[in-house]
Amino acid sequence: MSTAFDHPEYNYKVVRQFAIMTVVWGVVGMAVGVLIAAQLAWPQLNFDTPWFSFGRLRPLHTNAVIFAFGGCALFATSYYIVQRTCRTRLFSDTLASFTFWGWQAVIVAAAITLPMGLTSTKEYAELEWPIDILVTLVWVAYVVNFLGTLAIRKESHIYVANWFFAAFMIMIAILYVGNNLAVPVSLTKSYSVWAGTVDAMIQWWWGHNAVGFFLTAGFLGIMYYFVPKQAGRPVYSYRLSIVHFWALISIYVWAGAHHLHYSALPDWAQTSGMVMSLILLAPSWGGMINGMMTLSGAWHKLRTDPILRFLVVSLSFYGMSTFEGPMMSIKTVNALSHNTDWTIGHVHSGALGWVAMVSIGALYHLIPIMFGRKAGQMYSIGLINVHFWLATIGTVLYIAAMWVNGIMQGLMWRAVNEDGSLTYSFVESVEASHGGYVVRVLGGAFFLTGMLIMLFNVFMTTREAKKEAAVAAHA
Amino acid sequence: MLSSFWSFWVQAIVIGSMIACGILIVYTSKGQKKEETDETTGHSYDGIEELDNPLPRWWVGMFWATIVFGFGYIGIYGLANFDGFGTVKVDGEDVTWTQTNQWKAEVQAFDEKIAPLYAGYLATPIAELAQNEEAMQTGGRLFKSYCAVCHGSNAMGAQGFPNLTDHDWLYGGEPAQIKQTIMYGRQAAMPAWEAALGEQGTKDMAQYVRSLSGLEHDADAAAKAKPQYDMLCVACHGADGKGNQLVGAPNLTDEIWLYGGSTKQIETTLRYGRAGRMPAQAEILGEEKVHVLSAYVYSLSQDK
Repeated sequence: MSTAFDHPEYNYKVVRQFAIMTVVWGVVGMAVGVLIAAQLAWPQLNFDTPWFSFGRLRPLHTNAVIFAFGGCALFATSYYIVQRTCRTRLFSDTLASFTFWGWQAVIVAAAITLPMGLTSTKEYAELEWPIDILVTLVWVAYVVNFLGTLAIRKESHIYVANWFFAAFMIMIAILYVGNNLAVPVSLTKSYSVWAGTVDAMIQWWWGHNAVGFFLTAGFLGIMYYFVPKQAGRPVYSYRLSIVHFWALISIYVWAGAHHLHYSALPDWAQTSGMVMSLILLAPSWGGMINGMMTLSGAWHKLRTDPILRFLVVSLSFYGMSTFEGPMMSIKTVNALSHNTDWTIGHVHSGALGWVAMVSIGALYHLIPIMFGRKAGQMYSIGLINVHFWLATIGTVLYIAAMWVNGIMQGLMWRAVNEDGSLTYSFVESVEASHGGYVVRVLGGAFFLTGMLIMLFNVFMTTREAKKEAAVAAHA
Repeated sequence: MLSSFWSFWVQAIVIGSMIACGILIVYTSKGQKKEETDETTGHSYDGIEELDNPLPRWWVGMFWATIVFGFGYIGIYGLANFDGFGTVKVDGEDVTWTQTNQWKAEVQAFDEKIAPLYAGYLATPIAELAQNEEAMQTGGRLFKSYCAVCHGSNAMGAQGFPNLTDHDWLYGGEPAQIKQTIMYGRQAAMPAWEAALGEQGTKDMAQYVRSLSGLEHDADAAAKAKPQYDMLCVACHGADGKGNQLVGAPNLTDEIWLYGGSTKQIETTLRYGRAGRMPAQAEILGEEKVHVLSAYVYSLSQDK
């Protein structure tokens, strides 16, 4: 598209495609999120239709933000990083193109089937079996393409970011297939091969590692490239990255059992789940420290560089939610927090604060390069700053509202009178939560507004870049 | 209880992973710099270099602390067939901690605390208890916790769930009858009559049922259905349609409709039958709480 590319030998087309779709799906997924948040505050917005009801739109929201927005961000950045840090073109352009179109097909299929009520009912794995098969094919192509590129690298060592990407995609392949094993009875209906408590454990083995590998290890890969790159500083400690990488990927697979505290799950599984979740604190923080300390000597850049602000604040939220997670996995705390809005707040401090912010920072760095400009040279730096503040305030509003709601619900549910009766009926706790739900809608709307501004900024950047290319061609 | 192989397997992997974390820390710290440094590892990836800084000491300390905590926690709460040293008090005895024993211990401790209060309530006749304001507040709270999901928090019911405030009783409104209902539950059995009545017969019968309540109806159709009623329905609902509390057959003349009184709703009831079920609470709540609840439900229909 432009002659100004600094590395014409790399496959930037697939990176560009995924980068643009990250922004698009981000807007879509978060818009659905704001809608369902509003449905919880004002149930009339379900309009008494099945396909527009919270129950069907909620999985649409989670699938859209995790797999469409987050997934496209991971594809874009991993394809970009692996080429640049291995100094080689992708192993296969055909596979790259297949992963792009295949992944978009998965997203569209999800957007159609979920509102229709077609679901396997497993959280973060709701898609029915034909779509699961497509996911698997795309994922295998992705793994082959990524590992293939590592194999043909021109750099003698493999950079840390690529360790995290490799671990993330291999674990996701295993867990996704494991949890989705099912016996089909028709094109749109299947039954899981797992049953009872085993099913619950397998589900959360997957569920927590959708968080641990998809949303953490993968995005740590993003962090390890874009933070030092945007800050212009070396990574703080190679040793730290070794310890926290191996500890993180070996401990995370244990943590899922903390979703099933005080349930039919055997005591020993709960115990090991809780212990491993606590031990996970240090490995998680290793990534935060390595990112934060990379900035030593470059802190002044935060005053002028909103992209760096996105990256640094994402690390702060990462550190905060990976502290909160182990705390919530302690049984005594979990007895209060389980099934309350606190959990939703915790997820979103990770999802909005960490995953979305680090992706947004990375995209602002990368998108201009994809259109033949220098890193971070967006149409408007001022709008990036506006986006930064909207995203930060939105996240804080969201999680603060959910903390208040969650702790209040937990306390109301367990409050007991002298006569042994419950002090509050369930519906009273729902009524008391209304204020928090409204604040959540507000926080979500802030975040969504930021994404719309980003979409505009990206659009204008591509337009300017096209003009520049035209001028350059004439000259 | 796991077999000894699986028990060992679980223990070996959990403990092994924790030890492996320790080995990883020790191994990686080997030969590291004492202080922060500007030296890099010598690699450069797309311009990114890596410093050879030591592991932050406070971070290593925190890592060790969580591992040590993990061993301590497993020591108390056990792992696989190792029971752990933690205990809780159940039936006055120290028993091994399990989540079930923890639950039993907490429930027993609480029940002990509230036992005298409920013993006093149980000794009071229901009609008298219904006058006790404090007991009725307790009853109201119990009702909201255990009954409101079907009968509504105002006890006015919903379609298929009886209104408890309307003086109309399917199984009787005397204290003993109410208590019987809550303790042991009730199972209604309105059979499906479509096969016996036929399509037209069902429609005619709906008109007859409506006529019993003095609702608007087709008099010819009702007259046609009357002989059928006297043959098929009379056993439970009575010749006058006033029902029978012994079998829970509703009064059809009082214009109170559990499943709706429109022609269509009555036809549906006739065609497919109904099987309303009040679940037994004796095992779930115990007689003391059922006694208080009975007094509360009784009080709802005692006009003050």
